[in-house]
Amino acid sequence: MKVAVCVKQIPDPASDYSLDPATHNLVRPAEQVLDDTDRYGVEMALQIAEQHEGSVTLVSMGPSGNLQGIRQALAMGADKAVLVDDEELKGSDSLTTAKVLAAAIAREEYDLVIAGTESTDGYSGIVPQQVAALLGIPSLTYATQVDTDGSSVSIRRQTAAGYDEVSASTPVLVSVTAGVVEPRYPTFKGIMQAKQKPVDTVTAGDLGVEASPGQAIRSVQPAPAREAGEKVVDEGEAHLQVVAALEQAKVV
Amino acid sequence: MSHADTHKLPLDPHDFLAIDSLLDDQEKLIRSTVREWVDKEIQPHVADWFEAGEIPTAELGRQMGAMGLMGMHLEGYGCAGTSAVEYGLAAMELEAADSGIRSFMSVQGSLAMFPIWKYGSEEQKQQWLPGMAAGELIGCFGLTEPDSGSDAANMRTTARQEPSGDWVLNGTKMWITNGNVADVAVVWARADDGTIRGFVVPTDTPGFTANKITKKLSLRASVTSELVLEDVRLPADAVLPGVASMRGPLSCLSEARFGILFGAMGAARHCYETALDYAKERHAFGKPIAGFQLTQQRLVEMLVRVNKGTLLALHLGRLKDDGRLAPAQVSFGKMDNVREAMWVAREARSMLGGNGITLEYPVIRHMVNLETVYTYEGTNEIHQLILGQAITGETAFS
Repeated sequence: MKVAVCVKQIPDPASDYSLDPATHNLVRPAEQVLDDTDRYGVEMALQIAEQHEGSVTLVSMGPSGNLQGIRQALAMGADKAVLVDDEELKGSDSLTTAKVLAAAIAREEYDLVIAGTESTDGYSGIVPQQVAALLGIPSLTYATQVDTDGSSVSIRRQTAAGYDEVSASTPVLVSVTAGVVEPRYPTFKGIMQAKQKPVDTVTAGDLGVEASPGQAIRSVQPAPAREAGEKVVDEGEAHLQVVAALEQAKVV
Repeated sequence: MSHADTHKLPLDPHDFLAIDSLLDDQEKLIRSTVREWVDKEIQPHVADWFEAGEIPTAELGRQMGAMGLMGMHLEGYGCAGTSAVEYGLAAMELEAADSGIRSFMSVQGSLAMFPIWKYGSEEQKQQWLPGMAAGELIGCFGLTEPDSGSDAANMRTTARQEPSGDWVLNGTKMWITNGNVADVAVVWARADDGTIRGFVVPTDTPGFTANKITKKLSLRASVTSELVLEDVRLPADAVLPGVASMRGPLSCLSEARFGILFGAMGAARHCYETALDYAKERHAFGKPIAGFQLTQQRLVEMLVRVNKGTLLALHLGRLKDDGRLAPAQVSFGKMDNVREAMWVAREARSMLGGNGITLEYPVIRHMVNLETVYTYEGTNEIHQLILGQAITGETAFS
């Protein structure tokens, strides 16, 4: 079973970040890490590929940097990577990102596409569904469990109340939630082999996609600081004050 | 500059001299992988293990083996085959958690696997190394005895070879890390002809007993044992064929000391970082204690020692990867980095006041662990004599 996994290199969330003063885009340092969300997707892909004698190809968009994040995923065991690195794609919106990823995936042989539900830096949460639509394949989203017999895939889709069981025949896209599987630690042998694994770096033009970000950020304002709430001291009537406050906030 | 501005400093208090820029991408990835495993699997539990005096060696062995930590700098036989610097960086991350965890790996890789890998027969390597690399088989190293520590050459354990070719071992080994949990022991003994030989001893051999040493106040997250060998009969091929002198065990110690000179700086770093965080959060007399001159002086002394020791370790690691590292240079690193780590741990312990005496914070655990690290693998005094001999040409050992 051939599995393509969408992954993203992001600045280390533990480090300070800065925005480009002109474009308001996130400044991406050379040293980036694999988005934590994607580790679940990579692990899921590896497990499926191991069960069904398959291969795992990473598909990514963004500045290459020193490829540390991609190497992390290759060290876990993925076979190869395709990275779309194009200056013109900086600050792309979700749809542009999806077009690029879909075009990169379409060049590969695949039975299954796996993605995290949303990236830790962008947080739009709609790219996986857009990629599936552009590829013309079904999407099974928010999976907390994934099973496949090699020709069809069924998942548990997380809902507010519990989960739905949904399935589709391959080729299919699955977006996985954090916790769907426990990501493995890269092995030292895997880390050393990762250097030799192929990373195909291409541009939007190579894929026949128009390189235009699709959006521009006009201004960025810091989120207002949280204001202290009102303290209610219970002198026997506190419950009435709490109810009144909830009514005023229109939540009851 | 006020306390509130410190996060805007251009210099990183956790990598003040930009030592990370001396590491390549693969070294960083190995380090971050070990650090992540330590943060998730070791740090949340290690104070409890220390307090209980128990560690889950079988589970840790399996996890560490799966990652590639066991015998990581050896080639072949299931070992990862990393560089010496990468081995050192891993030791540093493990010891940032606890010296006992790093000891578990050091003994397995440098003291038990290394002599088999270096001096063993092909059959011995095939039989033991893959399982040990996987962490499924645990090893220990029997050199020190109740009455011979620094003067290990005066060992009393004997190996008598019978006409049939069988070897019969008798003696007692002391302070043996992993002894009670080991599947195999590399035991050094004096043969009939006076030479020092190494033996690969399955711990289920009749006559082999391991007694756990309790009442320790240091390295409690580590198994320490006494090994008793009473007419332990081994086949002729149990002897390590590649060495017949003290050069054998001493070369193993040099390997282990190399891991320690990195590891000690992991413990020191953790103490410094704990003290730094504490000083910024703890208030006294209306401001963070980090704002007092006496506190800053101590933090700076810790910072300087951690950075110097880390640079020293990295330099010695580069020499080792170049094949140019002399044992006396390893002694330089072991001697100075461990004593500096002890200094940092004691300062951090003191800075944390009452909190510094509990296992809620790591500093007193590191502090008492380092007493062991200072003592084993060559005491500070022994390394001073090794260095003294190296620069004067005069031996002062006896």
